[in-house]
Amino acid sequence: MLRPLSLLLLLTAPQVHADERVVASLSQSHVSITTSFSGSKILIFGAVKRETAIDGSAPLEVVVTVSGPAEPVTVRRKERVAGLWVNVDAVEVDLAPSFYAVSTTGPLGDVLSSTEDLRNDISIDNAIRSVGAPFDVEDSAAFTEALIRIREADGLYFVDEGGVDLRESTLFSTEIALPANLVEGDYATRIFLIRGGDVVTDYETAIDVRKVGLERWLYELAHVRPLLYGLLSLFIAISAGWLASAVFRYFRY
Amino acid sequence: MLIYLPIAEVSVSALLLLGLGGIVGILSGMFGVGGGFLMTPLLFFIGIPPAVAVATEANQIVASSFSGALAHLRRRTVDLRMGTVLLIGGLAGAAMGVRVFAILLAAGQVDLLVKLCYVVFLGVIGGLMFVESLKAIRRTKYGVKHVARRKRGWIDALPFKMKFRTSGLYISVLPPFAVGLFVGVLAATMGVGGGFIMVPAMIYLLGMPTKVVVGTSLFQITFVTAFATLLHATTNYTVDMMLAVLLLIGGVVGAQVGTRIGVRMKAEQLRILLASLVLVVCAKLALELLLRPGELFSIATAGAH
Repeated sequence: MLRPLSLLLLLTAPQVHADERVVASLSQSHVSITTSFSGSKILIFGAVKRETAIDGSAPLEVVVTVSGPAEPVTVRRKERVAGLWVNVDAVEVDLAPSFYAVSTTGPLGDVLSSTEDLRNDISIDNAIRSVGAPFDVEDSAAFTEALIRIREADGLYFVDEGGVDLRESTLFSTEIALPANLVEGDYATRIFLIRGGDVVTDYETAIDVRKVGLERWLYELAHVRPLLYGLLSLFIAISAGWLASAVFRYFRY
Repeated sequence: MLIYLPIAEVSVSALLLLGLGGIVGILSGMFGVGGGFLMTPLLFFIGIPPAVAVATEANQIVASSFSGALAHLRRRTVDLRMGTVLLIGGLAGAAMGVRVFAILLAAGQVDLLVKLCYVVFLGVIGGLMFVESLKAIRRTKYGVKHVARRKRGWIDALPFKMKFRTSGLYISVLPPFAVGLFVGVLAATMGVGGGFIMVPAMIYLLGMPTKVVVGTSLFQITFVTAFATLLHATTNYTVDMMLAVLLLIGGVVGAQVGTRIGVRMKAEQLRILLASLVLVVCAKLALELLLRPGELFSIATAGAH
């Protein structure tokens, strides 16, 4: 049933190397954020499926990206005003992933041509979408650079050049470390096969990151029934205060 | 042991939070202050988003001030009438404060406002307290008699006078209302109870007898911070229950230890220690505003406010 479909793909595919396909899997496709969540490591592994002999024209390279849910981000810059350091300029970045990891078989610049990078938004610079900066801010590039710098320092953005282990141009694997300060959502995972700088084929799947148990319950209560959540917080606080006072009195007499 | 906070969406060491709660609890027990002015900056420092720190700290103060207010109610050292006037002002102030907070969040100036407020208030109060307690120590040394008496001035000229029997006062409701309002704004924007402003204001401005001042201020703080917690929870979704509980446990235990230490020390020594502590926090925050920061840029996402 699949064969006619793949045959059709073979016939219509414009690329020469389209006879190579990715078969991949993840060590876990769900990440549960529990109370004691302290980060997680995900093994992404797979093989290149091909009907013909290995194309020897250029070495095969593999690039794996994992990107967290994207959202608008405001980047602010401090300046000295009347002796105080104050936020003055701000640039809105339209969409920036909350987490972004790139793992490759070699230096990203060598592995991938810049046109292909641009087309597939692979490098961190291209994964961040910044359309317009306000006219009064001259060096808006410094703001996106700062965004990347801060997130790299927090372990949220990273490029692991040489992180993908590729054997005999067929089997590949890489490990991506998800930090403890994760945001909920679908983490898009993409695998690119690249030869001579051009993307031969790609494969996409998702890692589902969810809060579970108490975390899930508190988060939902706080957002769906905020008044009830607030009252519950107060109830806990007041009972703790009362308990402390009662226990203290008991010990005094 | 790392623990993931569901609202702050960060992973923090649970022991660190218990420890912070404990240390601030000991200080608050020793000095009879809420400790919010210490805890909120410490929470910023360990990476809790400011909006979550301020809202959650309000929730924690409810617990500590309720515990204190109960003790004072039993001893009948609460002026309920005065407390109610302060409370009405406080509720109005908290409502204003939450609004102001939301506007400043959008403008990216929360940090600046909160830090500036801290520097100004802590500087003034710490300085005054320091000078006052130095004088007190000198007085007890040389046996000079205490002759401070509040001068009757413009406050007595204000209308809407009311009898406050517990405090033995017959004054206009406007000054206590204004004090309450001001403290309410602080509670909502700075994550403090405001006792460190209210107590001196009640003694020096309103002329209330010292023995009812602490109980009355705790009474007001309990309700105002409870109201601020509810407002933050329903408008900004920034109260982190998990964080609050951990701070509470440390704080409650620490406060009991602190109270026992406090009993063994002389009032003037305690006051001068507290004044030094306040001045140190003030100096640290002032330096942060004055020195060039290591990272000039900061990022804010829409979701995390």
